[in-house]
Amino acid sequence: MAETKVSTAEREPETPATEPEEAGRRSLKDLLRAAEVDGRLVGMLVALAIIWVVFHIITPNHTFLTPRNMWNLSVQTAVVAIMATGMVLIIVTRNIDLSVGAVMAAVGMAMAIVQHDWLPKWIGFDHPLTWVIAVAVGLVLGAAIGAFQGTIVAYVGVPSFIVTLGGFLVWRGVAWWMASGQTIAPMDTLFRNLGGGSTGTVGGTWSWILGIAACVGIVLLQFTKRRQRDRYGFRLRPMWAELTIAVIACGAVLLLVGFLNRYYLPPALAAQAGKAGQNISLGLAYPVLIAIGVGIVMTFIATRRRFGRYVYGIGGNPDAAELAGIKTRRTIVKTFTLMGLLVGLAAAVQIARLNAAVSSLGTGMELNVIAAAVIGGTSFAGGVGTIVGALLGALIMQSLVSGMVLMGIEAPLQDIVVGIVLVLAVTLDTIFRRRAAT
Amino acid sequence: MIDRSGTPLVELRDIRVAFGGVHAVRDVTVDLYPGEVVGLVGGNGAGKTTLIRTLSGAHPADSGQILIDGEPVTISHPRDAKALGVETIYQNLALADNIDAPGNVFLGRELTTRFGNLDDSAMEDATRKLMGRLNPKFQNFVVPVASLSGGQRQSVAIARAVHFNARILIMDEPTAALGPAETRQVGDLIKQLREEGLGIFLISHDIHDVFDLSDRISVMLQGKLVGTVDKTEVTTDEVLAMIILGKRPGEVTQKDLADLH
Repeated sequence: MAETKVSTAEREPETPATEPEEAGRRSLKDLLRAAEVDGRLVGMLVALAIIWVVFHIITPNHTFLTPRNMWNLSVQTAVVAIMATGMVLIIVTRNIDLSVGAVMAAVGMAMAIVQHDWLPKWIGFDHPLTWVIAVAVGLVLGAAIGAFQGTIVAYVGVPSFIVTLGGFLVWRGVAWWMASGQTIAPMDTLFRNLGGGSTGTVGGTWSWILGIAACVGIVLLQFTKRRQRDRYGFRLRPMWAELTIAVIACGAVLLLVGFLNRYYLPPALAAQAGKAGQNISLGLAYPVLIAIGVGIVMTFIATRRRFGRYVYGIGGNPDAAELAGIKTRRTIVKTFTLMGLLVGLAAAVQIARLNAAVSSLGTGMELNVIAAAVIGGTSFAGGVGTIVGALLGALIMQSLVSGMVLMGIEAPLQDIVVGIVLVLAVTLDTIFRRRAAT
Repeated sequence: MIDRSGTPLVELRDIRVAFGGVHAVRDVTVDLYPGEVVGLVGGNGAGKTTLIRTLSGAHPADSGQILIDGEPVTISHPRDAKALGVETIYQNLALADNIDAPGNVFLGRELTTRFGNLDDSAMEDATRKLMGRLNPKFQNFVVPVASLSGGQRQSVAIARAVHFNARILIMDEPTAALGPAETRQVGDLIKQLREEGLGIFLISHDIHDVFDLSDRISVMLQGKLVGTVDKTEVTTDEVLAMIILGKRPGEVTQKDLADLH
């Protein structure tokens, strides 16, 4: 009896002491839930902000958060980001594609040969359509390779790890073989704009126009979703949440555009353009716009189309998907085809950036792409992963590399840090998910 | 009483399924009338699930015939079965855990807008109305079904089966994962669906469940049909004798029945 009394007495003072803290934590969680905001997305944005600020503080001369560095970071992220969106769908269906780096080399080489060796003979040098034909060749070839590998995976039943490991070797060899290992350069003048660079940008004015259009798009999207839910009488997201999200999202877009627009053409080039002494904004680079466009289209496909729903259904429970009447094998082939198409697009950006194609193009890129998808919350268990997460994952990885380069950290140590971050990100995700499940 | 003078809704005739050299189902014939529940019982490995998978399209029969409304049909894929109004609730529920309830109900048959985009609001609305009928307590429409209880998940599986105007429902161990209250709920639902004129094949281990819900009982043993009996004409002991000994009510002795206990 006495003991029981003591123990309750001891417990009592604890309760009020812990409660306010608990309540505070819970209210933040409730706030996020009421606003229907994806907690993981917020977590990644916070992680990204921390990385940026910390690097800005510790880099010599505080060069990280400068328009110049951020502009370069955006261009460097684009290639991996474009492919990571496709990798998400592959991994969600419990498959993997190890061949994307090698396919990039083969397709890049083909695009280079087409515009460098073939097209000048037929339609003349620097023809305005050269870049269109070269890109089309790249997209078709990439999609065809993807469809071929996907068919072996889906219809023959060879594990995707094996098929794409074979592809990893085969396509690299093919890339070498196409030009006997030679470098093909330079690229077509217009084609080169796809890679960014001083001419591959939309300029300051258009960047503002695109930024404002993005804001209008965000608000319109919120509005139509709200109206549709209202029509069925579903619970609506509170108005304060809608407004906060709109203000934060539009503010972030305009802030970024304004920041990047402060990266100006180097004085020498400005003088060449006859505007010596003026500040000419480069504006958003084409690779960045391509990556953002791909992100929007892929998000739409993943969340608003039947194909996307089937991809997630197969990932969640392949048997259930089959029994539900979904053509699962055809869906798998489509995911690989889409991946191949995106590799073709990324290859175009990459050779345009380098202004050359080499058979070692994209070496090791498959691992960056997979890492971006995984850091972005895509689970190898299948069924889980978002496009926007993969884009952020690519940006986080590139931010780390960029920051370490600015600090003069040598390459092996960079690899060590990126490797640790990869495992750490997945570990945290696993822990949070387990806690959320209980 | 069920009118069994007309054409049966479903007839499985001389169905045979073999896995390698093992005959899982041997020349089994069963039928089902509208507004009737036929219980399929038997021990583990008796071939109940394999037999019924030939009707749901999950695994085609090696030989034999399937007739629906007296017409021979070919069912080689779950899509074929669904097109004929045959819906199945699988033992393992067959839900995509990462998708929400409306997404699961409409999986493979999504509602779309006129541009071919998924119409999530329409699907949620339809699911809410459906659940209002099946399980009014169900409220979790926007979370992945992985976080739902066994009974709620079963509600989703049943909603999916009945939403598309099924005429024939196959329920494979529908209450295996459920507590007593939820089991009663599923039982009520089966009775309600029978009232609406559906034909239901009910597979179960639980002889009491089957006695409670079925009109007729078909017993299988080692891949063969022991017999089909009217529930009102037999005792549970006689059905047990069929399940365990493979003897029909006429063949079974008092000693056999005594030995069962």
